[in-house]
Amino acid sequence: MSAEPMSAGRATRTRIQLPYWLHGTVQTTLLLILTLVVLAPLLIMFVATFQDGNDVIRRGLSLKIDVDSLSLDNYVMLFTDSGPYFRWFANSIFLTVVQVAGTLLVSSFVAYGFAVYDFKGKTALFIAVLLLMAVPFEIMMLPLYVLVNDVGLADSYSVIVLPFLAAAVTIFYFRQYFLGIPKDLLEAGRMDGATEFGIFFKIVVPVAKPAFAAMAILNGMIIWNNFLWPLLVLRSESKFTLPIGLNTLLTPHENNYELLIIGSLFSLLPVLVLFLLFQRFFVAGMTAGALKG
Amino acid sequence: MAVLRRLLYSQKAAPYLFIAPFVITLLAFWLVPLARTFMLSTQEVVFGQAAFIGLDNYQRLWEDRLFWKAMFNSARYMVLTIALLIPIPLVLAAAINSKIGSERVKAVFKASMFVPALTSVVVAGVIFRLMFAESGTGLMNQIVGVFGLDPVRWLRIDTGGLIALLALAMWRWTGVNILYFLAGMQAIPEEYYEAATIDGAGKVQQFFHITLPNLKPTIVYVTTISIYGGLAMFLESFMLYRGNASPNDQGLTVIGYLYRRGIEQNDLGFASAVGVVLLVVIMTINLTFLTLSGTFKKESAR
Repeated sequence: MSAEPMSAGRATRTRIQLPYWLHGTVQTTLLLILTLVVLAPLLIMFVATFQDGNDVIRRGLSLKIDVDSLSLDNYVMLFTDSGPYFRWFANSIFLTVVQVAGTLLVSSFVAYGFAVYDFKGKTALFIAVLLLMAVPFEIMMLPLYVLVNDVGLADSYSVIVLPFLAAAVTIFYFRQYFLGIPKDLLEAGRMDGATEFGIFFKIVVPVAKPAFAAMAILNGMIIWNNFLWPLLVLRSESKFTLPIGLNTLLTPHENNYELLIIGSLFSLLPVLVLFLLFQRFFVAGMTAGALKG
Repeated sequence: MAVLRRLLYSQKAAPYLFIAPFVITLLAFWLVPLARTFMLSTQEVVFGQAAFIGLDNYQRLWEDRLFWKAMFNSARYMVLTIALLIPIPLVLAAAINSKIGSERVKAVFKASMFVPALTSVVVAGVIFRLMFAESGTGLMNQIVGVFGLDPVRWLRIDTGGLIALLALAMWRWTGVNILYFLAGMQAIPEEYYEAATIDGAGKVQQFFHITLPNLKPTIVYVTTISIYGGLAMFLESFMLYRGNASPNDQGLTVIGYLYRRGIEQNDLGFASAVGVVLLVVIMTINLTFLTLSGTFKKESAR
């Protein structure tokens, strides 16, 4: 991009033209530099996993690296002596799998109701879906926290999962997708004697596989990284998920900075691998909220 | 059994069964808790005993210096993230969408920009806290040192903390916003640009007169989520300052204040009032913005 202001208008015609190939080279170079800048924090963090944790905390992440001090000690520690770390890891995997499956099932179910039927109160309820998309969870945390304490369900996974099974953004995305499924296909199912639910599971779900993939990725990422709500709800260390557990390591009392650094980076691994394998579903999922057309 | 069979085949009953989970969620986890928040905000809650005190909490809020400081911090963060996280991703998306340069580099760039969005706020917070370390050996101080400046005690001073917060936001969200804008740009018909080229419009003119106007719905959407995301920011500050306390409360946001009063100090009435005010502010700004940008007009015309 050249940097002339818009007001330059017609005068821009008289500017000195760079040769066409140079435009491309300049742009490519700039993009490569930006790529490095963006990846730098993660790369430096990676290098820090080979360093002494207390040293890193004291000196900060740094470009100045003492090559002699690098060692594999932290990796040995991670796999042999990392206390509850892999417990948290397993908890995170369990919670992510269960919650993603539940969210996809319930949200697609609701979306189907909105997409193919006409019923009383449909408009009002759909406006409610759109409104929920615009209310940040941070505002709901206190009311939900009070509710959970009232019913005495703190420290359980069910409170983490249940309030979010009918997720507004996911419902919205599925509805848009289902609207595009031809009505003839559904009619054909009814002719064959399928129930309304049979039609959903046998005809609609198979057709909508890409939508399910995109939403699995989006929800999986959000839930894997979920921090605020579990932080409020979970009390016992054996139930912690990765973000909650890692956060407890950020205190000077535990003196567990090695695990904080290597554990943080290691917790990225599953998401990173999935991203490299299924990039296009990530893109579709992350931009799900945007209105189409 | 016969009733169940009829129900399963009924097109009249089916929609209610399909949307039932949403209705239950709406009632149990949104409307009832929200109604309770409104109620709590008019009460003083001491040891579980609630007493109606009318608008006293709001009165206290209005006169509370810290609340206004938190409000100012959140508003400042929102405005600055919008000022940074819309123009910069727009230009980068335009670069990716242009026909010049190496396609492979663009693909690598696009994927790399997205990687930070995969990190949790905990991991990202730890990394940025360590990058903005006070010691002269910290990454940011090394960079500052290249320009011959003394090490900065980033998280101890207001501007330094703000820079760290904005850097963290930009690191995590630039790539996602690029994807939004790119999706919008790829939906613009190629003929528009061809016609403009024939009329003698340069690349820059095309960007301002074709790309920008056609991207308006995307820009409106990204701005809307940035407004509420910015005003509701909490965890970034929580991680960067390693908790909800920061020097001179420079990192305190509205949600941070709600968290402090409601969860750390158990003053539910006052914290609920904070929540109600923020909800009203966010809804007002968003509805005003959506009306001004003409989004509703277009919806009803459809």
